[in-house]
Amino acid sequence: MRTDGFVSQFADLFDEYDVLGAFWVNIQLTLWSALFATILGTILALFRISPVPSLRWAGTAYVNVFRNTPLTIIMVLLSLGVWTQLGVKLSGDFATNFFRFGVVGLSIYTASFVCESIRSGVNTVPIGQAEAARSVGLSFLPAARLIILPQAFRGSIAPLGSTLIALTKNSTVASVVGVSTETSSLLKNMIEFHSSLMVAIFLTFALGYVILVIPVGLATTALSRRLAVKR
Amino acid sequence: MRTRLLGAIALAAASALALAGCGSDDSGSGGGGKKITIGIKFDQPGLGFKVGDKYSGFDVDVATYIAKKLGYSADQITWKESPSAQRETLLSTHQVDMVVATYSITDERKKTVAFAGPYFVAGQDLLVKNDNTDITGPESLDGKKLCSVTGSTSAQKIKDTYANKVNLVEYPGYAECVTALNGGAVDAVTTDDIILAGLAAQPANKGKVKVVGKPFTTENYGVGLPKDNKTCQKVTDAIKSMIDDGSWQKFLDTNLEGTGYKPDSSKNPPTPAACG
Amino acid sequence: MSTQNVLFDAPGPRGRRAIMVGNVVGVVVVLAVLAVVARRFADKGQFAADLWTPLVHADAWTNFLIPGLVDTLEAAAMSIVLALVFGLVFGLGRLASSRAVRWVSGTIVEFFRAVPVLLMMIFFFYVFAVYNVFQSAYVPLAAVVVSLTLYNGAVVAELVRSGVHGLPRGQREAALATGLTSGQSLRSIEVPQALSAMLPALLSQLVVVLKDSALGSAIGYTELLQQARRLGAKDGNMLQSLLVAAVIFIVVNYLLTLVAGRARRRRRRSDSGQGANGATTAVATDVGVTPITGLGEGGRI
Repeated sequence: MRTDGFVSQFADLFDEYDVLGAFWVNIQLTLWSALFATILGTILALFRISPVPSLRWAGTAYVNVFRNTPLTIIMVLLSLGVWTQLGVKLSGDFATNFFRFGVVGLSIYTASFVCESIRSGVNTVPIGQAEAARSVGLSFLPAARLIILPQAFRGSIAPLGSTLIALTKNSTVASVVGVSTETSSLLKNMIEFHSSLMVAIFLTFALGYVILVIPVGLATTALSRRLAVKR
Repeated sequence: MRTRLLGAIALAAASALALAGCGSDDSGSGGGGKKITIGIKFDQPGLGFKVGDKYSGFDVDVATYIAKKLGYSADQITWKESPSAQRETLLSTHQVDMVVATYSITDERKKTVAFAGPYFVAGQDLLVKNDNTDITGPESLDGKKLCSVTGSTSAQKIKDTYANKVNLVEYPGYAECVTALNGGAVDAVTTDDIILAGLAAQPANKGKVKVVGKPFTTENYGVGLPKDNKTCQKVTDAIKSMIDDGSWQKFLDTNLEGTGYKPDSSKNPPTPAACG
Repeated sequence: MSTQNVLFDAPGPRGRRAIMVGNVVGVVVVLAVLAVVARRFADKGQFAADLWTPLVHADAWTNFLIPGLVDTLEAAAMSIVLALVFGLVFGLGRLASSRAVRWVSGTIVEFFRAVPVLLMMIFFFYVFAVYNVFQSAYVPLAAVVVSLTLYNGAVVAELVRSGVHGLPRGQREAALATGLTSGQSLRSIEVPQALSAMLPALLSQLVVVLKDSALGSAIGYTELLQQARRLGAKDGNMLQSLLVAAVIFIVVNYLLTLVAGRARRRRRRSDSGQGANGATTAVATDVGVTPITGLGEGGRI
């Protein structure tokens, strides 16, 4: 009898709250941020191995600052600083505005890790490759584009995979910039109003993340094995 | 390395013990002891606010007055932070002797805790910029930007009952809402009027924001007590004498000075209900 | 590639000129970005002295920022120590000879690595608050420490496991040959070596713990970020207070990163001296550390 009550209460929760919708918000945040962070991170990685000292310096400074700042502070600064005090708006509609700020914050933060992943990939490329590239007369950009980066990306798949996993989990921090439809906000609401079911509610959300994250880990491991440059 | 590792484990065990110790340490001692523990908010300016080791606000003054009537001087009071989510637990486990923390008397809560009072009748209202004239009440919020705190029902109420085209942002605390209001990112902040007045009375906000002054709900603030208390009657008497001897008005005036806020006089000062 | 400059020739006169131009352009771009930001600050009156001066008053530091930093460090220190214990237990569990123990440890480790720390903090906050597990004042701290311990402990467990796996096989074979049991070999020969190789990685993990402790502000833990918000709310200078808190975080974490890098280099030196660098490389690759530029912390967020 008691379990019946529990199961039906639990099932009612899913009618009342859009749990799948909340996960979809986190997935969207993750995908957009992954896109922008990859672009920005690759540019930063090129900066860091480039011949121009000022670019190297800029890349290093960016990584040191944003890798050492808590994501939460970046988000709070975007929301309470950039939005409310500096009056920067990314959309007239609140929900869209906050979503975009969330993507901006996640991208800025994650880019520094993408940069370091790619750089660690560059480091897996043997010196001989670069020497050979130079000896056939390639200058920096063609050597990077044709010889170094294609091998480096293969070497950086594993750390990039961990970065993607971390990004997926970090997307919950977007609640701090006011994205109120994602999983951590929903978890908080559900627990607050149904505290007797909190363990079941938490396990549901946790399981959701296990289902999201573990395949990414398996896929990147498999991919990095398959694409590993045989040496 | 081995000894260092052992040291690390010992340290971890010690800190785990320290944490566990916190759980069993029970500081609520009931009525007759030398000390009284009172739960207040630490982050609500004008009501219950902590800076360094100083506590200030209307709730703090009310609690100090009641404690005095129960036979405790100000330095016998131990203040304890009571976030909304923890108030019932704090009382039912006797970690505090009473809670004076913008605590609305509801039937739901009466099932687990007892109340004395009300000592103040608040109502949900709006805080706007000083020069704002087009927001006169909840009905005029259509198309406006509104701020409230996470998990509060006040903002949802406006959306559901008054204006459904409201743009809503939620922050963890009201102070952040006022920051957004001052920066022009939102048009109004909503919660109980006295909380808004407390925010408006902050030196940083004085003269910049105002309470609209049209409360559209009724919140009876009571003094929360454990269900098995023996002090309800004494606390009720203390509230009565606080209102009668002018202290109540004095506490309001000193804490909300300069905001132009006047509590709804048809409901205030309230008559405390009988205990039971 | 042991040095970066194999990627490009030492620049000749024309190259140097191009780089010079590049430098100037770079500086101009950076200055332009700063100017736009400064302009925005000025337009919104954010440079006004009365927004900045409260931050140099003693009150801001003694009542808000320093207590906040102390709480942050306290939570981080407790979490990293407990995470080490958790990691050792479950890391050894994953190496145990019993299949059931391995499976249980593996499931627990994978679970806590997959769940966002913020979700754990919210959950444990309500569990501790509603079921009265800790005295109320310690509920936020306990929720922060437990969540950080579970996540980072799972990470440490992986470090332990990969550290042991990365040891030269001879270590274990020699231990077994001298008559130690498999468990004894693990405890007294393999794990101690893996642990000392882990030290730099552990220091880097402390940066992760420090950063994640800022999530505690979401459940009312009075760490640095939370205190900066309260300070900003009190003085009406939210942006300035938050910037100061961010700078404090960056400085503390940057110093820790430097220390971790130093420990890593020292280990590498002493290892190459003793010829037992199998463990280092294994641990290092696992966390994305790369021997070439020394800073590669790839997937660690």
